[in-house]
Amino acid sequence: MTVRRANNEPRWMRVLLLVVALGFLALFLGFPLVTVFYEALKKGVDAYLAGLADPEARSAILLTLGVAAAAIPFNIAFGVAAAWAIAKFDFRGKSLLITLIDLPFAVSPVVAGLLFVLIFGSQGWLGPWLAEHDIKIIFAIPGIVLATLFVTFPFVARELIPLMQAQGKDEEEAAVSLGASGWQMFWRVTVPNIKWGLLYGVILANARAMGEFGAVSVVSGHIRGETNTLPLHVEILYNEYQSVAAFASASILALLALVTLVAKTVVEWRMRKETEMLTADLPPEKTE
Amino acid sequence: MNTRRPLRFATLLATLLLAAGAQADTVLLNASYDVARDLYKDYNPAFQKAWQAKTGEKIEVKQSHGGSSKQVRAVADGLEADVVTMNQATDVDFLADKGLVAKDYTKKFPNNASPYTSTMVFIVRKGNPKGIKDWSDLVKSGVQVIVPHPKNTGNGRYTYLAAWGYALKQPGGSDKSAQEFVSKLLKNAPLFGTGGRDATTTFMQRRLGDVLVTFESEAELIAKEFGRGDFEVIYPSVSILTEFPVALVEKVVDKKGTRKQAHAYLEYLWSKEGQEIIAENYLRPRDPEVLKKHAAQFPAIKTFTVDETFGGWSKAFKAHFVDGGSFDQIYSVK
Repeated sequence: MTVRRANNEPRWMRVLLLVVALGFLALFLGFPLVTVFYEALKKGVDAYLAGLADPEARSAILLTLGVAAAAIPFNIAFGVAAAWAIAKFDFRGKSLLITLIDLPFAVSPVVAGLLFVLIFGSQGWLGPWLAEHDIKIIFAIPGIVLATLFVTFPFVARELIPLMQAQGKDEEEAAVSLGASGWQMFWRVTVPNIKWGLLYGVILANARAMGEFGAVSVVSGHIRGETNTLPLHVEILYNEYQSVAAFASASILALLALVTLVAKTVVEWRMRKETEMLTADLPPEKTE
Repeated sequence: MNTRRPLRFATLLATLLLAAGAQADTVLLNASYDVARDLYKDYNPAFQKAWQAKTGEKIEVKQSHGGSSKQVRAVADGLEADVVTMNQATDVDFLADKGLVAKDYTKKFPNNASPYTSTMVFIVRKGNPKGIKDWSDLVKSGVQVIVPHPKNTGNGRYTYLAAWGYALKQPGGSDKSAQEFVSKLLKNAPLFGTGGRDATTTFMQRRLGDVLVTFESEAELIAKEFGRGDFEVIYPSVSILTEFPVALVEKVVDKKGTRKQAHAYLEYLWSKEGQEIIAENYLRPRDPEVLKKHAAQFPAIKTFTVDETFGGWSKAFKAHFVDGGSFDQIYSVK
């Protein structure tokens, strides 16, 4: 019997598919990316650098990186805990928890931001209490971190749940039966098993954190040099007819995205290699 | 992944928070509309210098800019702005209703608490191919008018009221004839911009329409961005006087103990130096001498105010921009 190969479609069909896919990529990804740099450099390198040297732009870049970094430990802690609970235990309400983890994907970020305003704003539930104790959440950095966390927390958990479910709990059980304590088991067995998946999730969350606009826009207060993140800075510059500066800032975001993309590719490659090594270690399966 | 990493990020976060909280001098926050950045970028250092010379106190002024309705909502939700400097009375009225700003804020400073004014003008393509000279040319067939959304945006509302006021002032003008006139004008609008900037992009970059109605001060920003050679500014026979009210946010200055400084900050806008900076940013100063000095950049134009013609913003708003107001009536017919 001849094996029907997947790629024995006529040549024109293959070419057509390739053209459509590449054309789509060029139009929707390549073209905007080029435009960003073209517009940013339209009035020369000096204008570009001047746009970035502005203290407000610098503070926006630092704030964006800082907020993304601040979100990481929370994302790791929550993601690992949730994935652990879901993959290794059975309990009532498990499917509810899985659904809830996806909530930030379903809710519009602007709505999420408004939610925080309703909770922490001065007309909100906790507003009067916070004002009394002089704690600033909303229109300050904690609010921005909170909003960022809200939109990014599914990434790590989503990445780890299938991974941990596939790995099962055999290795952990073996470790415990050999006398490992809970922490030993976690650090020596679980973490090495999930580290690439975890890193992958963190990278995705990080990319989202740096680019987040809607939720942060609602809670930021747009204070120049203080609570203005890079995406917000881009918008405001554009509205102020400073398009070179706006696109210069946007190009920084684009560069951060490209760095993320490279990091993601490296991690994917490592993950694949590790899986291959694992499979290679196993004795070949008998086939009939 | 080691345990120290989260710790390091926590430290970074703490540093960020401290950096945001640690300010030695008096810090004022000015919540403003989105194209006011250039003005306050020039004005703030001038005020700081004047205040320090007078009192020895160093003041830092932070700026927050955004769509004006969004800005006042943020102030109502707890953005601790000492002062608001807006481009429309409705937005400050909103804060007055919430008790954050004095009910009689327009009386707290001269000139209706508006340190400068502007007006609505036309921007047409180079050479004015459609020969647009006045509001009546905007309703002619074959003329496409670009305006921001009249119901939801400041620019759009001013445009709407300016056209309405023009029609009202024509011989035999009445609310009925004005409504007809505005209705015709809006029929010439192929679309409504989501804001002033969006309408400008539509006109200048997408090259849609024959005339863009916008603030006189914005025409200068457009020239800076797109070059001067590409368009002409046309002054109609009569237009609306746009006011830019400023106010202290009473609750915030009382809490922060910054009333004196915040008041001085706004008051200085009426000083010779303040008015000069205002004129340099293409906004019409209130001071007659400064205005005279810059007369070349501010052609004389007959204007009417919202108060004179419409009995104040809240009345104008109720008549035209609420659900079921004159705009909705016109637009549902269209």
